[in-house]
Amino acid sequence: MSNTPTYEEAIKGFDWAQVEEELGYRKGDPINIGWYCTDRICEMGLGDKPALIWEGFKGDQRTYTFDEMRILTDTFAAWLRDLGVEPGERVCLFMDRLPELYFGVLAVLKMGCIAQPLFSAFGEDSLWTRLDNAGTSVVITQRKHVKKVRKIVDRLPGLKHVIVVDADGKPLKEREVALALHDLPPAEDFVVHPTTAESPSILHYTSGTTGQPKGAQHVHYSLISQYITAKWVLDLRPDDVYWCNADPGWVTGTSYGIIGPWANGITQAVLDSGFNADKWYDFIARNRITVWYSAPTAIRLLMKEGAELVAKHDLSALRHLCSVGEPLNAEAVIWSEEAFGKPFHDTFWQTETGCMVITNFPGMQVKPGSMGRPFPGITAAVLDPVEFTPVEKQGQVGVIALRPDWPSLIRTYWNNEEGFKGKFKNGWFVCGDQATIDADGYFWFVGRDDDVINTGGHLVGPFEIESALLGHPAVAESAAVAKPDPVNMEVVKAFVSLKPGFEPSADLDLEIMNFIRKKLSPLAMPQEIEFVEDLPKTRSGKIIRRVLRAKEFGEPVGDISTIMND
Amino acid sequence: MEEYKKAILEYVIKEYMEDDEDEEITYDTELISGGIVDSFSMVSLKRFLENKYDIQIPDADASPEAFDSVEKIAALVDRFKQA
Repeated sequence: MSNTPTYEEAIKGFDWAQVEEELGYRKGDPINIGWYCTDRICEMGLGDKPALIWEGFKGDQRTYTFDEMRILTDTFAAWLRDLGVEPGERVCLFMDRLPELYFGVLAVLKMGCIAQPLFSAFGEDSLWTRLDNAGTSVVITQRKHVKKVRKIVDRLPGLKHVIVVDADGKPLKEREVALALHDLPPAEDFVVHPTTAESPSILHYTSGTTGQPKGAQHVHYSLISQYITAKWVLDLRPDDVYWCNADPGWVTGTSYGIIGPWANGITQAVLDSGFNADKWYDFIARNRITVWYSAPTAIRLLMKEGAELVAKHDLSALRHLCSVGEPLNAEAVIWSEEAFGKPFHDTFWQTETGCMVITNFPGMQVKPGSMGRPFPGITAAVLDPVEFTPVEKQGQVGVIALRPDWPSLIRTYWNNEEGFKGKFKNGWFVCGDQATIDADGYFWFVGRDDDVINTGGHLVGPFEIESALLGHPAVAESAAVAKPDPVNMEVVKAFVSLKPGFEPSADLDLEIMNFIRKKLSPLAMPQEIEFVEDLPKTRSGKIIRRVLRAKEFGEPVGDISTIMND
Repeated sequence: MEEYKKAILEYVIKEYMEDDEDEEITYDTELISGGIVDSFSMVSLKRFLENKYDIQIPDADASPEAFDSVEKIAALVDRFKQA
């Protein structure tokens, strides 16, 4: 039986207070996401239900019940407490999708610290920027990634401990501590920290057009939004086995790969593996996965492998499919209907929103290519980009904006209140994406309103790439822009002018690509480099990225004679 | 083939693994599903193959499956060298 009302029923008289009541939360009470995802589910009598079905890429498997997860997260939290970690400290989780990552996030929240999950493919520069900005005092990692931490540890004086979850007797260095979670005696006496609604919970770094990435600061009260959107939009039911293939280094992986489903007492399956279509289908078939939350890039990669491969697996348990990251193109929706017998339902939201805000609600007619309609309790509009008032004509392009009155909107950017205030115009929170609204109230994505590159559903800031490029000995100047891509929607393209003594070559091109991949991340690596003599600049010497971007997209550049240097 | 495999393995170790990586990789190690090379990094690996062997690998042939081990990559290179 579905837990989800129809869209019309859901929006009628919707009140976030009803969700608070459903969760047994009263204003002013303590609210702790870690407790809601473990202890509360056990108190509801579901302690013996599987919480996590985990598989490694080599085929190793482990299953944990909600009660086991409760004990392991308490034990993890008590161990951190005994190490001297205090509530409010930033604790980074920098590892692959091991069980310790999922339990670590909940343990950190349970002890009142701020969890800072970071994508394990980040290179040392990306890692340093985010740890330095957050003043992180603890990094929890694994042998595979600790070497990247070692390269920067001397530049992080505030970093007290580097915890290695799979040290397995291997020698460790200064500040490093081994943790064998599964071998620790269970903590019987741990008391969950009484965080309140506005207590910071998770810090996710996100990129903008200017400056380095910003730490989006979420609070424990975000649970209210994440719980109900997971329940309704993902249509989660008690017997579901749910798979979110997002990494918890990004917001989807925490809001809907940890908090939303577990706060609903749902069994989650996790596959710690890179992309492999056959493996993925096999994983869905063997675990009888019923609800799958994926991303357009993954879906387009699956499309490339063909529907024949789908037919080789028994995917009959799949009941509901959703997608997030970048706009889901109509072809992918139509293909999923052919291949899986059901469409992917697109959802729109961002790191800053904390939860889905515009969705294709279950039961609602899916219009392929549309992101759907605002979730109940969310007031969304398309604004004129100059006046910041709702556009008057149907179909008129404007920027997506939201009234800032739902529980999971971030409270600030870490150490950057000014940047956060800059996101608000005329009483609206402005998302940075352009869209139109049709006669039925469906939102249709048009493009980004800034220079941020959306590659494979991840936002990459041009400034961070350009700064890193300057660290290469051959690079004099550069500009990083988006280039359209059939699989990833956009990829990074860099325009590079070289210092005297360097000549463009295929080897230099590859060397620069690898330089950025290792310093920042594979996502930030330019997939194309164009060597140029000069870059377009304003009279004051600022590089005009939009000219380069427009050329990549085949769009008119517009009149730039008044701003451009001769 | 052996020559391709040796050169590709050497490159993967040099470019995609940390200096003191304690995990050994072989010609059959799963590179993509094993998280050593991701779908974005495949682009630089493809570029390396094209530069080194003077071939063009169409995007349709550069699938995660075709790049999932040194053995498979070497077979791909061999196919395009003979084409």
